[in-house]
Amino acid sequence: MNNLEYIKERFSQLPTVNEQNGLGVIRQKAFDALNKMGIPTTRHEEWKYTRIGSFFNKEYKYHTAGTFSEADLAPVRLPAYEQANELFYINGHYSPELSVIRSKGLTVQSLQEASKNEYKDIVSKHLGHSSNYLKDGIIALSTAFVQDGVFVHIKKGQIIEHPIYIYNITDARQANVLAQPRTLVYVGENAQVKFVETFNTLGNQESFTNRVIEIVVEKDAITEYYKLQTDASHASQVATTHIQQIGKCVTHTVTVSLNEGLVRNNLNIVLDEEYCEAHLYGIYLQHGQSHIDNHTVVDHAKPHCESNELYKGMLDDQSTGVFNGKIFVRQDAQKTNAYQSNKNVLLSEGASVNTKPQLEIFADDVKCSHGCTIGRLDEESLFYLRSRGITEATAKSLLLHGFAVDILEQIKLAPIREYVDKLISERLEFDLA
Amino acid sequence: MNNELSAIEKTVLTDYKYGFVTEIEVDEAPPGLNEDTIRFISAKKNEPEWMLEWRLKAYNHWLKMQEPNWANIKYDPINYQDIKYYSAPKQKKKVNSLDEIDPELRKTFEKLGISLDEQKRLSGVAIDAVIDSVSIGTTFKEQLAELGIIFCSISEAIQEHPELVKKYIGSVVPITDNYFSALNSAVFSDGSFCYIPKGVRCPMELSTYFRINAEGTGQFERTLLIADEGSYVSYLEGCTAPIRDENQLHAAVVELIAHENAEIKYSTVQNWYPGDKDGKGGIYNFVTKRGICQGAHAKISWTQVETGSSITWKYPSVILKGDYSVGEFYSVAVTNNHQQADTGTKMMHLGKNTRSRIVSKGISAGVSNNSYRGLVHVGKNAANARNFSQCDSLLLGDKCGAHTFPYIEVKNNTAVVEHEATTSKIGEDQIFYCNQRGIDTETAVALIINGFAKEVMNQLPMEFAVEAQKLLAISLEGSVG
Repeated sequence: MNNLEYIKERFSQLPTVNEQNGLGVIRQKAFDALNKMGIPTTRHEEWKYTRIGSFFNKEYKYHTAGTFSEADLAPVRLPAYEQANELFYINGHYSPELSVIRSKGLTVQSLQEASKNEYKDIVSKHLGHSSNYLKDGIIALSTAFVQDGVFVHIKKGQIIEHPIYIYNITDARQANVLAQPRTLVYVGENAQVKFVETFNTLGNQESFTNRVIEIVVEKDAITEYYKLQTDASHASQVATTHIQQIGKCVTHTVTVSLNEGLVRNNLNIVLDEEYCEAHLYGIYLQHGQSHIDNHTVVDHAKPHCESNELYKGMLDDQSTGVFNGKIFVRQDAQKTNAYQSNKNVLLSEGASVNTKPQLEIFADDVKCSHGCTIGRLDEESLFYLRSRGITEATAKSLLLHGFAVDILEQIKLAPIREYVDKLISERLEFDLA
Repeated sequence: MNNELSAIEKTVLTDYKYGFVTEIEVDEAPPGLNEDTIRFISAKKNEPEWMLEWRLKAYNHWLKMQEPNWANIKYDPINYQDIKYYSAPKQKKKVNSLDEIDPELRKTFEKLGISLDEQKRLSGVAIDAVIDSVSIGTTFKEQLAELGIIFCSISEAIQEHPELVKKYIGSVVPITDNYFSALNSAVFSDGSFCYIPKGVRCPMELSTYFRINAEGTGQFERTLLIADEGSYVSYLEGCTAPIRDENQLHAAVVELIAHENAEIKYSTVQNWYPGDKDGKGGIYNFVTKRGICQGAHAKISWTQVETGSSITWKYPSVILKGDYSVGEFYSVAVTNNHQQADTGTKMMHLGKNTRSRIVSKGISAGVSNNSYRGLVHVGKNAANARNFSQCDSLLLGDKCGAHTFPYIEVKNNTAVVEHEATTSKIGEDQIFYCNQRGIDTETAVALIINGFAKEVMNQLPMEFAVEAQKLLAISLEGSVG
C-alpha cells in the first residue's frame, strides 16, 4: 500500500462525531481538495524544482511515539530554555505533559476545543487561510488532519517576555513516520511575542514532516518568528508559515536552513491592513545531497505597507537550492514599498541553484525592486587574505561567515543568535575565537 | 497636478495610422485546417515532396499537442478551423522585376512609408515585402547576389536552394517545439530566407516588411537566416495590419544560425493592429524566435520594440553553444488599453566563456498587462558563463499591471549571474522639474519615457530608431495620468 492510500484510509478511520462543527467541515473540504489535486509533481509550477512524490511511494506511518527520557530531550533543547515557554510536538501531536507554559496571557489549547469555546470565531475565520495562497495537495493534506492541531492565543496588550520555543520532535526509532504538526496562532492587539521553532528527528528511520503554522497578527502587535532547520538527512519536510497581518503591525521572520535532507519552506505574508510592515530574512547552508526550497509570497493587499526581503545561500557539494519569491501588489495597494533580494554563492562544481524572483504589480504608485545574484567567492578578496598569510580554508570560511552575518544580525534573541552563529561557524569550520 | 493630468487623460487616442485596407484581388484557400489545406498550400508553392512531408509531420504532431496556457494572458479560444491559411494577392505571372508589381500593392507599401521604388534608388535597405501569405518582391537582389548573399522569399529558396533550406529549417526550432511553431511548420506560406557566405559583411540592412491585409486570414511566415563563418548581417523586421473587429492570428517562426565568428543583429519593430480602446479586435502575435550561436565567438543580438498586437507572446532566445559566444536581448514593450504582453527571452548557456545581456523595458498604460518572462540557464559545462539582466517597468495609470517572472537556473559554480528589476511610475518630482522649465506635462512624460527606453532604442539602426520613437509616442498618447 503506498502512502497516499494509507493516508486516505486513515482519514476514513478518524472519528466523525464533530462533523457538524466548523472543524469537520474544514477537514472534509480539504480532504476533497487533496483527492482532486493529489501530491504536487514537478509539472506543478510551484514545485518545478522540488520533487516530493517519492516520499509518498514509501511507507510512512502515523506512529505513536515512545517515551522520552530527559537525556533524549537534552540535545533537542534550545539555549536559555529555562527562561522560555516550551511547546512540544511529538510526531505531530502536541504534548501537554512535556510542554511548559510560563507566561500569563498565553493560552495553549487544542484546536478541537478552541473551535467550540470563546475562540470559535477566530478559528473558523482564520484556520486554513493559507489554502487561499497555496493551491496544492500538500496543504490540503495538513488541513484534512487538522483535528490534532493546537491553538495559541496571546491576550490583548500582553508582552510575552519569555520566548515561545516550539519543538517538533519526530520519533523515528521504530518506523518511518509521517508527522503533521498544525498550529494556529492569534496575536492580540498591542501584544508582543517571539517564536523559535526547531525540528528534530530521533532514531534512524525516515521521517516526513508536513508542518503548517498560521499566525494572525492584530493591530499594533509585534511578532518575531525564527525557524531553525537542522534536521538529519533521513528527515524531510515541507514547512508552511502563513502570516496574516490584519491590523497595522510589524512582523519579523528569519529562516535558518542547515538541513541535511530535503526542505521546502512556504512563507506567506499577507499585508491585509494599511501601514503594515514585514521583514523576511533567510539563510541557507547546504552540503552533501541536501535540497532547500524557499518559496515566499508577500501579498500587498492594502496601501502604505512595506516589505523587505533578503535571502542568502551557500551551496556546497551536490546540494541544490531553490528560491522563489513572489510579491503581489494589488490594485488598491498604492504607496507600497516592496524590496526583495536573493544572493547565492556556489562553492562546488556539483552545486546548483534555481531562482525566480517574481513581481506582480497592479498599482502604479509603488516602489518595488528585486534582484538576485549567483556567483562564487570573490577571487580578489581571497587573494587579499591569502597574501596576509591566512590559509585558503580559513580565508574562505572567513568570507562566508561575513556573508552570513547580515542575516545573523537579524536574529534579535541573543541566546538564539549565538546558538545559530555557532552552528553556522561549525558548518563553515570557522573559528569564532 | 491631478487636474492637469485628467485633462490629458481626456485627449483621445490617436487612431492607428496603418489601419487601412487595400482592395486587391486575392487568391485564397477556404477557411479550415486539414491535410488537404496543407497539400493545397504546398501545391500552390510547387514545393518538392520532402517539404510537404515535413509539413504533414508537423501537422500530425500539432494535432497531438495542447494549446499552452501558462502565459499571463487571457483570450477567447481560437477556432483554428475558422482561419484562412492561405491568401495571396492575385498575380498573373511571376514577377521578374519590381516594376511589374500590381500598382495597388505598390501604393499600399508607399502608404506605409516603404516605397519599393524609392528603396531601389536610395542605397540603404534591401526589402523583402510580405503581404498576407506571400512575398511580393525583394529589392536589391542583384547587388547582394554579387557578394554571394542570398536574400529572397523562403518559397523561392525552397525552389532554388533546397540543400540549404533542407539542412537548416527546423534545426533551431524543431517542429515539435511548441504548439504555435508546430502549426507554423505545417502551414507557413512564405517568409524570408537569407544566407550570408563565409567572411562576407553584408553592406546594407536587410529588411522584411510584413502586412496582413485580407480578412479572416492568419499570417504564418517563416524566416530563416544563416550567417556563415566570419560574416555579419543586420536584419530588420516591421509589421502592420488593417483595423478589424475580429482577432487575427499571427504565428511566425524565426530561426537564426550564426557560425564561428559570425554576427547577426536582428531588430523588430512590431506594430500590428492592437485593437480598439475597448479591446476589440487586434492581432494575436504568437511568435517563436530563436537563434543559435553554433560556433565559437559567434554573436546574436535581438532588439525589439513591441507596440502593437492585442496579445504578444514571444521570447526571442539564444542558444549559446559555441565557446565565447555572445547573446543579447534588448526590448521595449509598450501596452496600452486592453493590450497584453507576455514577452522576454531565454539565454541557454552551453559553451564555455559565454556571455549574455538582457535589457527589458516594459511600459504599461490603460488597463493593459505587461509581463517579462525570461530564463537564464547555465549548463554544467558552461564554465565562466556571465549574465546580466535588467528588467524595468514603468506604470502609467493605476489600472494597469506590470509583472516579472525571471527564471534563473545555474548548474556551474564558475558562472556569474545577476538579475535586477524595478517597477515604478513617473515621479511627480520629475514632472515638476520639467514643468518648472516650461515643458508641459505631456511633453515631459514623452521625454521621460524616451529616456527610459533609450538604452534599447540606441541598439536600433538609424532608420528604425526614428520610426520606433514615433511609435512609442503615438501608442502612449493620451494615456498619461
